[in-house]
Amino acid sequence: MIDLQLLALLLIPLLGGGLLAVFGSRSWAAELNSLMSFLTFAASVVLTVRVIDSGPQVAFSEQFFIDQFNVFLVALTAFVAFTTSLFSRPYMRIEQHHGKLTTGMLHLYYSMYQLFTFAMLIALTTNNMGIVWVAMEAATLTTVLLVSLYRTPASLEAAWKYFILCGVGIALALFGTILLYFAAERVLGQGGTALLWTHLNDVKGELEPTVLKLAFIFLLVGYGTKVGLVPLHSWLPDAHAEGPTPVSAVLSGLLLNVALCAVVRSKVLVDGSLGNHFAGNLMMGFGLLSVLVASFSLFRQKDIKRMFAYSSIEHMGLITFAFGMGGPVATFAGMLHMTVHSLTKSAIFFAVGHAVQKVGTQQMDSIRGMLQVSPTVGWGLALGTFAILGMPPFGVFASEFLIITTAMHEYPWATPILLVSLGVAFAAIFGKMQPIVFGETTAKPLPHPPALVPVFVHLLLVLMLGLYMPPYLADWYRQAAALLG
Amino acid sequence: MHIPFTLQFINLLAALLLLVSFAMLAQRRILSLVNLFAWQGALLALSTFIVAYSSNQHHLYYSAGLTLLLKVLLLPWLLHRLMRKLNVRWDVETLINIPTTMLFGIALVIFAFNLAAPISQLAEGITRGLIGIALACVLLSLLMMLTRRKAVTQVVAFLSLENGLFFAATSATQGMPLVVELGIALDVLVATFIFGIFFFQIRETFDSLDIGHMEKLKDD
Repeated sequence: MIDLQLLALLLIPLLGGGLLAVFGSRSWAAELNSLMSFLTFAASVVLTVRVIDSGPQVAFSEQFFIDQFNVFLVALTAFVAFTTSLFSRPYMRIEQHHGKLTTGMLHLYYSMYQLFTFAMLIALTTNNMGIVWVAMEAATLTTVLLVSLYRTPASLEAAWKYFILCGVGIALALFGTILLYFAAERVLGQGGTALLWTHLNDVKGELEPTVLKLAFIFLLVGYGTKVGLVPLHSWLPDAHAEGPTPVSAVLSGLLLNVALCAVVRSKVLVDGSLGNHFAGNLMMGFGLLSVLVASFSLFRQKDIKRMFAYSSIEHMGLITFAFGMGGPVATFAGMLHMTVHSLTKSAIFFAVGHAVQKVGTQQMDSIRGMLQVSPTVGWGLALGTFAILGMPPFGVFASEFLIITTAMHEYPWATPILLVSLGVAFAAIFGKMQPIVFGETTAKPLPHPPALVPVFVHLLLVLMLGLYMPPYLADWYRQAAALLG
Repeated sequence: MHIPFTLQFINLLAALLLLVSFAMLAQRRILSLVNLFAWQGALLALSTFIVAYSSNQHHLYYSAGLTLLLKVLLLPWLLHRLMRKLNVRWDVETLINIPTTMLFGIALVIFAFNLAAPISQLAEGITRGLIGIALACVLLSLLMMLTRRKAVTQVVAFLSLENGLFFAATSATQGMPLVVELGIALDVLVATFIFGIFFFQIRETFDSLDIGHMEKLKDD
């Protein structure tokens, strides 16, 4: 039984949200935030160990379902949420010192941070496709006020766009869920079990294909908006660029993964029902388009956070493509890429956040010579850039290599598109980051020491995954890939 | 073919729902728009009640009550209050003129019926053929969101979109499980509150609720 572990995992962030809603303006709120995030992470580790030992399980009268696939995302989410909370402690204090944030805004930030973690964990662990929808919407609601935290005209515009676009997108996902229920009800009967993923998975062969086809289109468009798939991505660069950096890090590193998890769960059902590769093909198409459009958009960017937001779209496209291909190797590669992308991208946002604080602007033309200002920030940026561009020996190289070789084997026509996009992305990001890291500087010192330990911990993990994958981890991913088929 | 009375009644309500959606699309005054939204909620609550009665699904009675409370009373009241506080009663400017919008709307309805045709064939009992209308309501609300400039109107469109989805859930499937419906209702309520907070922030920053001011973020 995993009831107790699961309960701890879900109740700790909820409790954290409640505590920080009360004590959010105290001077130790940042420490409390980190503590609650650490406890959540600890609970996720315990849960992970249990699930890897004893396989997929349901809990609380089947309302929750944990298997190797979602427990991997749970562990990743809890870990990055914890390291981001460590990063945000000095970062937000510096912002307050610079007069950009008031205590009231920080109060909102801390309690919403915990509730956002809670919403993501619910979305990952629930077995009920309806609750997935509710939790995804809750994740939007908790972050929308964080995107507009600075109350600048640009941040309000970004938040409004985020709210409306994701609201509409997710409404379409609800229509997809209703259609799914409509099809399921005819097989499983009225009532509670017809939306439970495990039950749907058991009877997926009997579900009405025409309905599921339409349902998947709505689900993909809906949740795809949150994943940031082109052409539904226009909220993402704005929200990432205008929100506070810790929020950009968790949106990019975590929320996109959680939304993609919902798409993958739907894909398993739909392709099982149709008996062909309809859902997979759609995902591959959207994925390729995202990779292509995002990498060519990288050239036009002037704002450093915007550029890395486009890089997130590119990588999410790549992961969507990998899951769309399906099969044990591609799914394995997709999961590995999810892991390394989350770790690397959040590390980059941490380093970028401190670099921007030193220079006082996000315009790349004005950020110069970070290596001179602060070797740690400079190296963080340099190594993070190398890692995200897929340089060996970092883990991103391993997963991209796996994805491309599988594509060569199964869908040769897609390989040139992928290679060109990755090449273009490399040229764009490398060209823009080179003078930022090296060159002459104009920066000023910070009032609080920056938190760069999380940056290097993340990059070290990514490096490790590139050089040596521990056998139990490889086993774990392989089992998860086998479950998804 | 004998058609039971309840089904006829639900079909009538569905037609009225579509009519209200069109009326909202054509409406220029925000105040009347909110009133129409309340009417839409009332029709929705009534149709849910009838589905509950005819199919003997007890949890649908709760849904109907919840709809009545939330969408006919609470949300319109909140919106009215917001408009009084923000003093926005003036006419809405649309991006495309109203007759053209209506033509687009008719095209969308035809599209929705075509899309839903294969599904409607599968529906049993009292719910056959209503999915098309629900989908049409959803698409009309989307159209309204695209063509309006005022933040308040966009929110009313968002809520009416949710009404269309709710109608799809009750008419096509006789209601989602109660826990899901409660979750959705909670999300909608919280979303409305956040929209309210936003209105104040937007007006404070831009001195207006016209979202035309918010088209500055571009890639360049």
